Amino acid sequence: MATHSIAFHERVDRALDDGSLQTALSRATDRFVTNRANALALVDDFDDLRARGRAIRASALAQLDDVLVRLSERIEARGGQVFWASDGDAARQYIVELARARNVRTIVKSKSMASEEIHLNDALEAAAFTVVETDLGEYIIQLAGETPSHIIAPCIHKTREEISELFQQHLGMPATDDIPTMTRTARTVLRQQFLRADMGISGVNFGVADAGAVVVVENEGNARLTTTAPRIHVAVMGIERVCERLEDLGVLLQLLARSATGQKLSVYTSILSGPRRADEPDGPDEFHLILLDNGRSQIMGGDYAEALLCIRCGACLNACPVYQSIGGHAYGGVYSGPIGAILTPLLQPELRDVHKLPQASSLCGACQSACPVKIAIPDMLLRLRADAVAAGKADAIERIAMAGWSQAMANPALYRAGGKLASLGTRLLAREGRIGWLPPPLDQWTRQRDFPPFAPRSFTELWAERQRRSAGDGQ
Amino acid sequence: MMQVTVPYEEQEPPVPIAATRRATLFVSCIVDQIYPEIGLATAELLERQGVRVVVPDGLTCCGQMAFNAGFRAEAAHVATRTLERLRDGGDIIVPSGSCGAMIRHLYHELFAGTPQAALAEQVMHNTYEITEYLVDVLGVSDVGARYAGKIAYHDACHGLRFIGLGRQARTLLSHVADAEIVPLAGCEQCCGFGGLFALKQRAISEAMLADKLADIASTTCDLLVTGDASCMTQIAGGLSRRGSPVRARHIVEVLANSVDARRG
Repeated sequence: MATHSIAFHERVDRALDDGSLQTALSRATDRFVTNRANALALVDDFDDLRARGRAIRASALAQLDDVLVRLSERIEARGGQVFWASDGDAARQYIVELARARNVRTIVKSKSMASEEIHLNDALEAAAFTVVETDLGEYIIQLAGETPSHIIAPCIHKTREEISELFQQHLGMPATDDIPTMTRTARTVLRQQFLRADMGISGVNFGVADAGAVVVVENEGNARLTTTAPRIHVAVMGIERVCERLEDLGVLLQLLARSATGQKLSVYTSILSGPRRADEPDGPDEFHLILLDNGRSQIMGGDYAEALLCIRCGACLNACPVYQSIGGHAYGGVYSGPIGAILTPLLQPELRDVHKLPQASSLCGACQSACPVKIAIPDMLLRLRADAVAAGKADAIERIAMAGWSQAMANPALYRAGGKLASLGTRLLAREGRIGWLPPPLDQWTRQRDFPPFAPRSFTELWAERQRRSAGDGQ
Repeated sequence: MMQVTVPYEEQEPPVPIAATRRATLFVSCIVDQIYPEIGLATAELLERQGVRVVVPDGLTCCGQMAFNAGFRAEAAHVATRTLERLRDGGDIIVPSGSCGAMIRHLYHELFAGTPQAALAEQVMHNTYEITEYLVDVLGVSDVGARYAGKIAYHDACHGLRFIGLGRQARTLLSHVADAEIVPLAGCEQCCGFGGLFALKQRAISEAMLADKLADIASTTCDLLVTGDASCMTQIAGGLSRRGSPVRARHIVEVLANSVDARRG
């Protein structure tokens, strides 16, 4: 994508200047945040549910090897095939070769961030397959030639007016921004693709080890069609997206739906455990599960292992004031928002300015408060910042400033002298008690904000004087 | 405005209550250098509750700016000296949820595996933010403050989410005589300060501030109150640049009746 080659600051500026993006973002994130709050209010103790969800996820990750082996053995026992893909190349190659070997022509896809992560569509299209995204949001951005800007709402950055224009242009829809009309138009087109498709590719919300099944949740019914109508179903799952027991879903599905969309439960929950059996009327002839590592096992056991607890609900994106301001594309990676600012440097370290993503946070902690499994996102952002400094990626001016700052702050005499200097300087710049301009790099502050002058006398001085005075009073 | 508040210097000296408690006041670098009134107001609030206030020599900064920027060695260099000066200080009071969160939440990681780890744990355990100390430790809800005006309260993020503040401040504000506390939409939404974030991600920081200022403008408040001098600087800087009549103050300035004590 084009965004990969543009500097992070430029992506941010473009996003902030994009009026239609700003409209779309504020409409959508407001709605998500409100719906989530309403859904949470219906649970007696959501915090307890979060704690249980976290424990379920942590337990699965603590014995991930075993859990995955159990999952794969049970799927294979039912006639499914499991492919362990160490990276995106391996996964792409497996799927392309499978499609070739089975004479596939048309492929329908339901939402899958893992497939976005490995740029699966590019590989399939390069191999001359017709690939059709069937999640409405994914379909819209496929028509627009874009990538998802949100984990669960891929076209959150588009207004209905923009979508109407796309549909008029690509689908010959008459001019309207009536949402039911637009949805019906897409439905008619997509229904034909489901009937035509030879292969369906889906993501996986949770693998369930003891059931030997994968769970796919959705609201449109397109994933159910994708996974059952074509003769081959390929499910792409990050290796961390697994739980041990079917009963774990009781907690995880509640957390996911409420955190993601504010629903009590998603409209469709499909539990899929292999190809159609002889006595079943429908379902695919073949079922392939791709267990995608692609950098995840490197994260296990390290400073960022907690990020693997993520259930991809998108709540941290909706809650994040930075995401609300710049949207998903400015992050440049597949995953955006607070969790993306952690995952992208780990999974896509080659991207331009990727070390700056953890800096795109005011560390307000709204992400952690919203996270259904209580991931300590700010702590990890801080560690990534420290890693970047340790790797020599800080600007020279910042390194010098920090060295000077730490010397001054650790030495009271220097600190006092620095304070006096700053007081003198800032009071010279102040007009009517406020500073409208500071020299670079501090001009970044004063473009839209005044700054106060330092006090003529510090608290330390005033306090010392007060102590002297009260001692003098004979107290 | 018709405030009846009295500048700090002209106020009666604190009522002499038998000082049974002693507390160490760590005002933070920003308060020390830019807003000494906030430090004095904090001391005053404590003294009025019969707490003897001690300010150790040579206290400077908790080290958060460097830590948040990823400069952990520099942060540790500063924070180690701060720890030494807070050693055996009894209760340590900070007029900042953010510095409080740095000490209570992040010193653990900063000092893990170092010779200062045990001291850091002691200091972490002893540190309180001022509203938390007043309400939860001293059990006070009315500090005898008066403010004739409308107050909106902004929950500064670190205090809110890493210490659990907010309730205490609202309790204290609800007892300020003559004041009307007006609701602020998005009061838990970040103002966009974020330390160096305000400079390094200027455009995003400005956008977040613009949202905050719009929320403030949609209230009828004449005073925006928050618990962190840093967030207050961000919000005040935006308010004054836009010519807003709303003033921004630290909560201790309201509680110590020193809203008008500020120079300039």
